[in-house]
Amino acid sequence: MTILEVNDLNVTFRGGIKAVRGVSYQLARGEVLGIVGESGSGKSVTSLAVMGLLPEGAEISGSVKLHGQELIGMPEEELTRLRGKSIGMIFQDPLSAFTPVYTIGAQIAEAVRIHQKVGKDKAAKRAVELLDLVGIPHPDVRAKAFPHEFSGGMRQRAMIAMAIANDPDVLICDEPTTALDVTIQAQVLEVLKTAQRETGAGIVMITHDLGVVAGLADRVLVMYAGRPVELGGVDEIYYRPRMPYTMGLLASIPRMDRPSARLIPIEGNPPSPAALPPGCPFAPRCPMKVDACDDGEPELEPVGPGSRRAACIRAHEIELKNLDGATIYPVPEPPAETEASRPRAERETVLKVEDLIRHYPLMKGAVFKRRVGTVHAVDGISFDIAEGETLGLVGESGCGKTTTLQQIMQLEAPQDGTVVVLGKDSAKLGRGERTALRRDLQIVFQDPMAALDPRMPVGDILAEPLRAHGRKDVPARVAELLTLVGLEPSHAERYPQNFSGGQRQRIGIARALALEPKLIVLDEPVSALDVSIQAGVINLLEDLKVKLGLSYLFVAHDLSVVRHIADRVAVMYLGKIAEIGAVEEVYARPAHPYTRALLSAIPLPDPNLERSRERILLEGDLPSPASPPSACRFRTRCPKRARLSAEDARRCDTEEPIVTRLAPAADHGAACHYPEVTEVPETAVS
Amino acid sequence: MRSKVVFARMLRNRQTRYGLIALLVLLLLAYVGPFFGPHDWLEKDFAAFMEPPSADHWWGTTQIGQDVYAVALHGMQKSIVIGFLVALISTGLAALVGASAGYFGGWLDKALMWGADLLLVLPSFLIIAIVSPNLRGGSWLWFVLLLAAFSWMITSRVVRSMTLSLREREYILAARYMGIPGWKIIIRHVVPNLSSLLIIDATLNVSAAIIGEAGLSFFGFGVQPPDVSLGTLIAAGSDKVPGYSWLFLFPSGLLVLLVLSVNLIGDGLRDALDPGSNS
Ligand SMILES: Nc1ncnc2c1ncn2[C@@H]1O[C@H](COP(=O)(O)OP(=O)(O)O)[C@@H](O)[C@H]1O
Ligand code: SF4
Ligand code: SF4
Ligand SMILES: [Mg+2]
Repeated sequence: MTILEVNDLNVTFRGGIKAVRGVSYQLARGEVLGIVGESGSGKSVTSLAVMGLLPEGAEISGSVKLHGQELIGMPEEELTRLRGKSIGMIFQDPLSAFTPVYTIGAQIAEAVRIHQKVGKDKAAKRAVELLDLVGIPHPDVRAKAFPHEFSGGMRQRAMIAMAIANDPDVLICDEPTTALDVTIQAQVLEVLKTAQRETGAGIVMITHDLGVVAGLADRVLVMYAGRPVELGGVDEIYYRPRMPYTMGLLASIPRMDRPSARLIPIEGNPPSPAALPPGCPFAPRCPMKVDACDDGEPELEPVGPGSRRAACIRAHEIELKNLDGATIYPVPEPPAETEASRPRAERETVLKVEDLIRHYPLMKGAVFKRRVGTVHAVDGISFDIAEGETLGLVGESGCGKTTTLQQIMQLEAPQDGTVVVLGKDSAKLGRGERTALRRDLQIVFQDPMAALDPRMPVGDILAEPLRAHGRKDVPARVAELLTLVGLEPSHAERYPQNFSGGQRQRIGIARALALEPKLIVLDEPVSALDVSIQAGVINLLEDLKVKLGLSYLFVAHDLSVVRHIADRVAVMYLGKIAEIGAVEEVYARPAHPYTRALLSAIPLPDPNLERSRERILLEGDLPSPASPPSACRFRTRCPKRARLSAEDARRCDTEEPIVTRLAPAADHGAACHYPEVTEVPETAVS
Repeated sequence: MRSKVVFARMLRNRQTRYGLIALLVLLLLAYVGPFFGPHDWLEKDFAAFMEPPSADHWWGTTQIGQDVYAVALHGMQKSIVIGFLVALISTGLAALVGASAGYFGGWLDKALMWGADLLLVLPSFLIIAIVSPNLRGGSWLWFVLLLAAFSWMITSRVVRSMTLSLREREYILAARYMGIPGWKIIIRHVVPNLSSLLIIDATLNVSAAIIGEAGLSFFGFGVQPPDVSLGTLIAAGSDKVPGYSWLFLFPSGLLVLLVLSVNLIGDGLRDALDPGSNS
């Protein structure tokens, strides 16, 4: 039974920005429809339009029917009554959905009372029940907490509780887990499934993460430049995409389950919604483009058997020949391998970190600050990087990755422990030596917009390190750098904001390369980018590494990216290293229970695998680094410890595990008293 | 690269072009105009007191028979210099002090902000009143310094708090990790990113200084007779508006035009420096 029916929805913003163009879909009871696409493709605007929440000045046409009742043009009061009762909403940022001055319980109870005639007590009781349903521990106590006292994952659960408070028929989720860490994301997705079972609602799941949709959706709608370009069952879309954009999207993701030597990027950028190309909006980036593609915008038409529809004039041909992304997109040449690399032990060590500690005082009070504790941001970690090697540093947010990088970049004496860069101890550097060493050590930041001075033309940004270190012939080097990262030398006069996210990140990389460093520290360099763009930047990093003989310290929370780019990986948990070793070893035979959970939490863009997969769900949130658990830091959430005998478990609580080498492997260590030894099936190297 | 790009963007802006042209015309008027007038500004025409504009006295005459055209232009010279110098010094000082305090922090921050607060609570008018008799013989430049010294503190506090948040931006971190010294980071990254604020502040300061000088002159400090400024002229003419409006209208008209052209240029410069505006 269809509950929500969207027909030919169009949204135009002031200035002729056509954000949504002709979106149609139907949602049945209990069905999950995934809407995927890159940022700016109109996913959010589509759902805001459905809910009648568009800002002033947006023109909307088409039809949105809930239970056959037209929502577009409905008076605001009636719409408000429907929202919250028949349609529940879950956004990316739950903090904005709650009022900071009321308790969570009160706000959920309020939502119940607006739409149902129940007493105050009953509503409060219902709020507690709902919090319990979404897996919030001690719901009766937590209901009295304020939104800011909840962690991100908790808030997202509370938001789900509020969204399902009135048994809605439709749940619209816009990137509900994008801001969360993978283990928390796995928990929240599980809660969403529970919520759906409880309410029987249809779900519209909007996300840019193809993995999240694979495990959840029944049908998938792919959007590009405000347009639906492919619609079909989840298996059809994932295993037999018929629109070149979808094919490219799927081919560009680094895969944990089947690693490949090279990622396949989609060249170019999505068109600006104010200046769309005449024909197929994907034509400028499409490898299969023919002249006819510019004649007119292809309609979404049925392709092949089944219910799938695609907006491409060559979709039938793709269907007939059964093409896939890897065949139609040019696979970039792998970087020319330099002469067989020497064994690790013989190579120079470019970075050595030993027992590095960074504690921050935890202050309280506005006028008279007093120290109330210590944040153990980095609490004794050791690792090293050999010449020409990439070490991936992974872990959830707040585990100390960025602090570690800062300690290295500062080139000053750490609180405790040592940092040795290219054989030079940072604690013993003189002023001149430090400046000289900076030439060899460079950084690339996560947010490419924040990392480039918005008031400086790109030419000046790239010239800055060159001038600071007295390089001659600056303009020529700037042009050379721009070419090196795949941009035009003529771009030097533009400002950073005139570039797309991926291009900006290339500029950030060019700046890091300006002084021909030996070691580059990358802080989540691709996590702000869309997958199709991300692939290009990762390829660039790989090429540069080989071409210029660089070493990378690559920080990321995306384990599939690290799997692809790194030679070795270190997994951090609460300021300590849980597991470290060669990528093949760690991903195939993760020994630490935390690594296991982390790997199993990653959604794979493969519906069958997702359905059959056994997830290790972790309990609760990351403990505060101000009061980390004693002995083994992971013991409060460790699924393995729960399975140990009381006697064995005591060891976890009393004795701190240190990173120990695991016998058969050459390069693999874990900080656990009871390391796992078996292989993990689905992420194993094939 | 930046100065070239900003300059090109500035010239492309129509407002700025008008502002620049207007300012140029006013400057020409102030410095070249007097040579074309029939009278010198010190000359007194004893046959014409408080005469309305005529063929001989284009803008009329004053109580003591001076030619308003000559006097007003002479006054404008002084006002332009005072206005621009005060604005430059006080906004510059505000940027320098605020950005250094915010960027370096620690004892420097404490010392600078203590100084700024001290100057804020001191009654500036009183100080100027006490100090100016001692400077009577000296150059009016002292007066400029005094005016500037008392007009930068609030802006510097704003600059400081904005610097505090800028300091944590990644592009500043990037510069620091590149080994760029702090004072260069302030000049290259902090100040340009505060340019909207600073330009607005400077344009406001130009008009504030011209008018502030008028107020002080009215009480007998600042520009002293026989020297004149637009401020003293406006002050002298303001109570005679009913019958003798030319005494007030011409000097204040010049002031309005001056302030307007400065504002136009300021707006254009702000847009040119801001890559977000599509001028
Ligand atoms: N309030 C608005 N005014 C003007 N343009 C907007 C507004 N909101 C969104 N847009 C534009 O609409 C397009 C689609 O945006 P959105 O739906 O948020 O994309 P997605 O959710 O797929 O990332 C973008 O180009 C965006 O800039
Ligand atoms: S219509 Fe043409 S350009 Fe568009 S996706 Fe199909 S082949 Fe590519
Ligand atoms: S030491 Fe114990 S608690 Fe810690 S990870 Fe190993 S099994 Fe779990
Ligand atoms: Mg969105």
